[in-house]
Amino acid sequence: MTMTERPPRTAPAGPSVGRPIDRVDGPAKTTGAARYSAEYPYPDLTHAALTHATIARGRITGIDTAEADAVPGVLAVITHRNAPAMRPAPSFSMLDLSTFASGTSVNYLGTDEVHWNGQPMAVVVAETRDAALRAAALVRLSYEELPATVDFAGAEKDARPQKNSALQSGGATKGDAEAALAAAPVSVDLRFTTPPHHHNAIEPHSTTAAWDGDRLTVHDGTQNISWLRRHLALRFGVRAQNIRVIAPYVGGAFGGKTMVWAGTLLTVLAARVTGRPVRMMLTREGVYRTVGGRTPSTQRVALGAGRNGRLTALIHTSVTQVGRVGGGPEQVTSQSRHLYDVPNILLQQNLTELDALSNTVMRAPGESIGTFALETAVDELAGELGLDPIEFRMRNEPERNPIDGKRFAHRMLREAYALGAERFGWADRTPRPGSMRDGRWLVGMGVASAYHPSWQFAANVTVRLSADGRVLVRCGFHEMGMGGATAQAQIAADALGVPFEAVRVEYGDSTLPTGPGAGGSGQTASVAASLLTACDKLKGSVLALAGRSRESPLRGRRSSTLEARDGGLWTGPAGESYATILARAGRDSVEAAVGSDTRLGAMTGQLRFMSKFMLDRRRWVKAACGAQFCEVRVDPVTGEVRVSRWTGVFDVGTVINAKTAASQLRGGIVMGIGMALTEETLVDPRSGRIMNPGLAEYHVPVHADIPPLDVHYLDEPDPTMPLGLIGVGEVGITGAAAAIANAVHHATGRRVRDLPITLDKLL
Amino acid sequence: MRPFAYVSAPDVATAVRAIGTEPGAKFIGGGTNLVDLMREGVERPGTVIDITALPLTGVEELPGGGVRIGALVRNAHLAAHRLIRNRYPLLSQAILTGASAQLRNMATAGGNLLQRTRCPYFYDGAAACNKREPGSGCDAMDGFNRNHGVLGVSDSCIATHPSDMCVALAALDAIVEVESVRGVRRVPMAEFHRLPGDTPHLETTLAADELVTAVELPALPVAATSRYRKVRDRASYAFALVSVAAALEVDDGTVTAVRLALGGVAAKPWRAYEAERILLGAPATEESFRRAAAAELAPATGRPQNAFKIELARRTLVETLRQLLTEGSAA
Ligand SMILES: Cc1cc2nc3c(=O)[nH]c(=O)nc-3n(C[C@H](O)[C@H](O)[C@H](O)COP(=O)(O)OP(=O)(O)OC[C@H]3O[C@@H](n4cnc5c(N)ncnc54)[C@H](O)[C@@H]3O)c2cc1C
Ligand code: SF4
Repeated sequence: MTMTERPPRTAPAGPSVGRPIDRVDGPAKTTGAARYSAEYPYPDLTHAALTHATIARGRITGIDTAEADAVPGVLAVITHRNAPAMRPAPSFSMLDLSTFASGTSVNYLGTDEVHWNGQPMAVVVAETRDAALRAAALVRLSYEELPATVDFAGAEKDARPQKNSALQSGGATKGDAEAALAAAPVSVDLRFTTPPHHHNAIEPHSTTAAWDGDRLTVHDGTQNISWLRRHLALRFGVRAQNIRVIAPYVGGAFGGKTMVWAGTLLTVLAARVTGRPVRMMLTREGVYRTVGGRTPSTQRVALGAGRNGRLTALIHTSVTQVGRVGGGPEQVTSQSRHLYDVPNILLQQNLTELDALSNTVMRAPGESIGTFALETAVDELAGELGLDPIEFRMRNEPERNPIDGKRFAHRMLREAYALGAERFGWADRTPRPGSMRDGRWLVGMGVASAYHPSWQFAANVTVRLSADGRVLVRCGFHEMGMGGATAQAQIAADALGVPFEAVRVEYGDSTLPTGPGAGGSGQTASVAASLLTACDKLKGSVLALAGRSRESPLRGRRSSTLEARDGGLWTGPAGESYATILARAGRDSVEAAVGSDTRLGAMTGQLRFMSKFMLDRRRWVKAACGAQFCEVRVDPVTGEVRVSRWTGVFDVGTVINAKTAASQLRGGIVMGIGMALTEETLVDPRSGRIMNPGLAEYHVPVHADIPPLDVHYLDEPDPTMPLGLIGVGEVGITGAAAAIANAVHHATGRRVRDLPITLDKLL
Repeated sequence: MRPFAYVSAPDVATAVRAIGTEPGAKFIGGGTNLVDLMREGVERPGTVIDITALPLTGVEELPGGGVRIGALVRNAHLAAHRLIRNRYPLLSQAILTGASAQLRNMATAGGNLLQRTRCPYFYDGAAACNKREPGSGCDAMDGFNRNHGVLGVSDSCIATHPSDMCVALAALDAIVEVESVRGVRRVPMAEFHRLPGDTPHLETTLAADELVTAVELPALPVAATSRYRKVRDRASYAFALVSVAAALEVDDGTVTAVRLALGGVAAKPWRAYEAERILLGAPATEESFRRAAAAELAPATGRPQNAFKIELARRTLVETLRQLLTEGSAA
């Protein structure tokens, strides 16, 4: 099933791009008509639930399923003793990026080995979800426990430098940063820590799987349909073409649905075992135990400067965690390559391995926590120098990329600060910490820079123009609530000169041309690039059709002189409508495609993407950036911190939809506020067990924690990106925690370098 | 969740008869705590007796100025009630700081009294917990205990009672009326909840077959000037790290009546008798407030993660009294 919504509102004439058009998927979601992965009805549907290990490392010595088997309605209790073998998880290869999708390397139910506290060791399939959950709780496991390393703080000392890869570089050096630091007249050398975090999307991970012989249909709220499809094909030994993945609605993800995790695999396995369709909706606890989260980190940021306020040394090193069974480095030092003009730079990322579930990507992996450390340290050094923190940043704003002298594709950080300072009223800030009050509240204002690299991936797209003037865009991209379909409809409408309402976008299905994953804030730009090309091809075809007739005013015209508007093609006043051209040619529709989903086509697409990526990387530094301003109030008696005002000004290139873009930026800031003040996954250092696996005890911000968020963007196109657009999904979270930490310092004179900034740290 | 039998009781007599005859039966009010605990396998009643149809939903004025609250009055209704808002502002405020609007719409007065701790190890069947499984140990002692108790704790359990409402009730000297086939008892709030000692699984003095039928608030003029202050990790929808229920009457600069209770610090709502004793008759000054708070918290013992609560409780006590003195009841 694919998307068939109509736009909810009649839009005024004129260009669609830039307008705050309501999301096309909005009505279906608000009326409950939208169907999520756990909501597809199947005759004969069964339900599955997981039994989790309660030790961090060891072997299963006994499984007693008698009680579970006896629960009425139970169809199968699947463990490593009776599960059919799954093929091993692929290891990562640059030639096939879908190999990146393995959440872990564990062969679930193919082994008696336990690798983390929470690993699924059994799946129960039953006629109802209640029966499955109950029986899963009754599967008794006994273990032989082995020593395990589960405490990140304790394992920090064993960290090793991360290896560089083509996609991610772990370290960099320029000059001699340690010597410059030692020689600097003013310096800071600071240690920061950030805890593990979890995504907490509203929709828990859910899968419905149905086999028909060797054909498989999977409903799964994934952020990457094509990776999931290829991964399942590999693990279950069937052809990818035989697998259909359907995911039109994803109830939030934030990175947590990028990889393929146990729940998805085991639903497919259970469907194979039982021969019936199986649905598994993880419990909230199940999400915490089987889906990775953001790694904890410790970071060192050391900065040296001359008395003139020019930086002379920048050192940023990090330690993050991976599981022995998977996970990857986070680019914690990424922003430190780009933000400041410093002659001596030392960056290093280190990894330590734990007997824990893999870490995974979560909104702005790396930069979210990396900007916290860097931008807090910058604020501290500005304080040491007696400089306004914005002025200090402007004195060190680079013309070219500091680490290697490459050009910035686009950079408007100065403008962002200037506009932000004005909107926020930065001039009213009195610099001395503790100097501002409102009644009993201590008031503080802080700033920090936001930074997130921009990405672009391969996307296959088709566009069809019908004789009745309707346009159909097809691409298997993902809609997690960010407004992707709406944005692409806006882009197609303008490219073809038709009203927004005439465009329908199909997405979220593997039968569509392969789309990019929703990640790296790259989906909109990636689809847009192909969509624009496809629209150009389409106009070319229409022009060719018109040219066949002597009657057409377009005959003999070159496509470069054409303008698409009012539902047709024009050169100056001469032109005609698509309807006329198609009718005359006796055609119902004209279609254009970019990319191909044949095996060869896919390989070529991948290679084209990789070479463009490499070339781009060599020529440019591309990124979204911004200036975050916040005001906090701190209760002087209790240390409670409340964010009272926010202004974020962002340089995100062209804004396609003013409403959805602002929502993405606000959502990022909200998550940044959570990261700064309340969010922390509590992993028991004795057992490796997550002790707050739920929304009551893992504190995401609630409405009352969030003031009105003034979000503004500069809306200047990035000349190197399609339509000039840079992604907006992640930059909003970056810098947010530092802005708050800096504001807390301004309010109280206290520096908190360990997130979250809970009140006990301010008492 | 394990299967269980469900019965709905139309009247009190049926309810108390049912609980006396069904082994392992439990009453269910709003179900906002019991159902969660059943899902986790912590509570395993064989029968659930639905009491929401009982005619115990009134909030009535008593002769002499007190108020009687039926055990099935929903928290939201109670907080909004005119009698409560006017005569016992601290109770109204306390309820409104608790949980979320949706939960308060469901939660009942009786259920709120009997809600169980939020200690994470109590909820996790894989952990050792003397409260859940007597004698198994206490994983919170050296684990995550940032939100655990600092007063009245024992070597077997350091959990807190999570209710906000109960802190106000403790300050107000409420009486809990309970009924069983043996008859009606009236239990002062101070004697309703227990400290853990070496039996942390026994949380109240309610017998397994007793039904809470009502909570009575005595007439209490001092309550007209009262406040509830809850300190927590986010602005809403979080349990108290520390809370203070306070009522204060000052005449000519001298404290003539005072009621104080602390939440988030002990296995029961902690009535601050020692602080009250020091304040009564003392000058209503910050100095007295400090002395009282220090004395009340003197026996407190913390652990590295939760020791901050001792200082936080002192400060919040002083500040709440100071605000009552200068600004009155308004929260
Ligand atoms: C996410 C979340 C956040 C919360 N936050 C807060 C908070 O910040 N502050 C706060 O104070 N509370 C909070 N609560 C707890 C909430 O206040 C309680 O769950 C609620 O008050 C319980 O009332 P209930 O009627 O739903 O009880 P139930 O769940 O129905 O019952 C709870 C217990 O009381 C027993 N019981 C119920 N009625 C009677 C009776 N009349 N006689 C004898 N026994 C009875 C039941 O058998 C059961 O053991 C929160 C709860 C949740 C789920
Ligand atoms: S503090 Fe009490 S409730 Fe928590 S684990 Fe220990 S015994 Fe159990």
